Amino acid sequence: MDTTLQDLNAPHSMGTTIIGVTYNGGVILGADSRTSTGMYVANRASDKITQLTDNVYVCRSGSAADSQIVSDYVRYFLHQHTIQLGQPSTVKVAANLVRLLSYGNKNMLQTGIIVGGWDKYEGGKIYGVPLGGTLVEAPFAIGGSGSSYLYGFFDQVWKEGMTKEEAEQLVVKAVSLAIARDGASGGVVRTVVINSDGVTRNFYPGDTLPLWHEELEPHNSLLDILNAQGQSPEPMNI
Amino acid sequence: MFGFSSLVVRMSSSSIVEAPPKGGFSFDLCKRNEMLSGKGVKHPNYRKTGTTIVGLIFQDGVILGADTRATSGPIVCDKNCEKIHFMAPNIYCCGAGTAADTESVTDMVSSQLQLHRYHTGRESRVITALTLLKKHLFNYQGHISAALVLGGVDCTGPHLHTIYPHGSTDTLPFATMGSGSLAAMAVFESKYKEGLNKEEGIKLVTEAICSGIFNDLGSGSNVDVCVITKGEKEYMRNHLKPNPRTYVSARAYTFPKKIEVLSTKITPLKELAQVVEAGDAMEE
Repeated sequence: MDTTLQDLNAPHSMGTTIIGVTYNGGVILGADSRTSTGMYVANRASDKITQLTDNVYVCRSGSAADSQIVSDYVRYFLHQHTIQLGQPSTVKVAANLVRLLSYGNKNMLQTGIIVGGWDKYEGGKIYGVPLGGTLVEAPFAIGGSGSSYLYGFFDQVWKEGMTKEEAEQLVVKAVSLAIARDGASGGVVRTVVINSDGVTRNFYPGDTLPLWHEELEPHNSLLDILNAQGQSPEPMNI
Repeated sequence: MFGFSSLVVRMSSSSIVEAPPKGGFSFDLCKRNEMLSGKGVKHPNYRKTGTTIVGLIFQDGVILGADTRATSGPIVCDKNCEKIHFMAPNIYCCGAGTAADTESVTDMVSSQLQLHRYHTGRESRVITALTLLKKHLFNYQGHISAALVLGGVDCTGPHLHTIYPHGSTDTLPFATMGSGSLAAMAVFESKYKEGLNKEEGIKLVTEAICSGIFNDLGSGSNVDVCVITKGEKEYMRNHLKPNPRTYVSARAYTFPKKIEVLSTKITPLKELAQVVEAGDAMEE
């Protein structure tokens, strides 16, 4: 009982799988939806892909409180910046603001963030701001506890100049693979597609994801499993 | 290509430099207390609301629920406390954690909301309350142990949020918090559906709180419920009393006899204070 209570008091963290991929014409961000406190799933349908401006989004990982405060501040700064400039901010500016806060407060923060978006100067761009607060521009970035299961997968399947459909299928497949192997990732897959036409949000429920090694078909309840085998549930023998 | 989990870039091996304090919060005493307890010093217990608090969104608004037990270690120190706090006429907030912290943080934010209403002349929004609460809790880095379920109805519709002591927030259709949250969530996960009516909603909230009261040692006594709809609210204090006291004597305690007044003396105030202006007026 003690351990359970201590876990509930543990800081709220997102054992996460987050992904950002560029394709020809834009970017796709992907994330799972599990938020946990210790061993308890505090939110099974959370949204880790957060909007900063019309054309820039971030994937958040690590401490929920820290990643929320960083993205709240960056959103606030970008709104001011957009008004002063009179035009949409670039992805680079957004990523630099994230870096500024993450690096400047590196001793206080436990968060890794992937910034992705589209602007008229550079097109679709993905930036990663990992734990130390460095800023890395990359054609794709993976993050969170689930990312360790995906390095080899991305080395093999990532290609320059994918189509939107190819890239989105890749992101959904990667997140579902990570969900299958990483206990701290789970729930549904959320994606955000950003290109010159605007932003599209997509949602893939857990029971529509592909089944991997040793996974079972989704069932509504335990009774479905028992009925499928032609057995009626027997009362327990004591 | 790069990833997060293993990549921490360091400029040099020993780059930590003592910097002069720049103002802001000091957590020195927290560190000291941590050090003392590491050396075996026992700290006094805070009064905690080992709690079950819940909230859900139904067809016309939000319903909040709470138990009424407050504990200090193993002792039940209040058997009928209030855990659903007022934030604004259209927003209420359930609190779990240290009683003093939940009380003070909700009182502070509710006064800020009142001032904001005077300033803007408009109804408070739930998102405003949420931002004020999370900013305050984040500033104190989890040292204010307040875990909250915030619910209300504003011009943008019904809203329900959970707020953790470290300042992170979630937006959910149904939420539970406190030590009884697992018991209550089990009820919600099996029975919640979209578009409940008011009666069904109150019944489900009551059931979830009862599940906490009966299955969690930190929760107990009665069920408080608060229903918030557009332009209306209904605070049902002690909506259900599943633990009535059966052993009280039928008549309350009475003093054996009337206390006699032996003597009375009234001394009227006589002195008159006179304020005499002294000194010259200031010259320019």
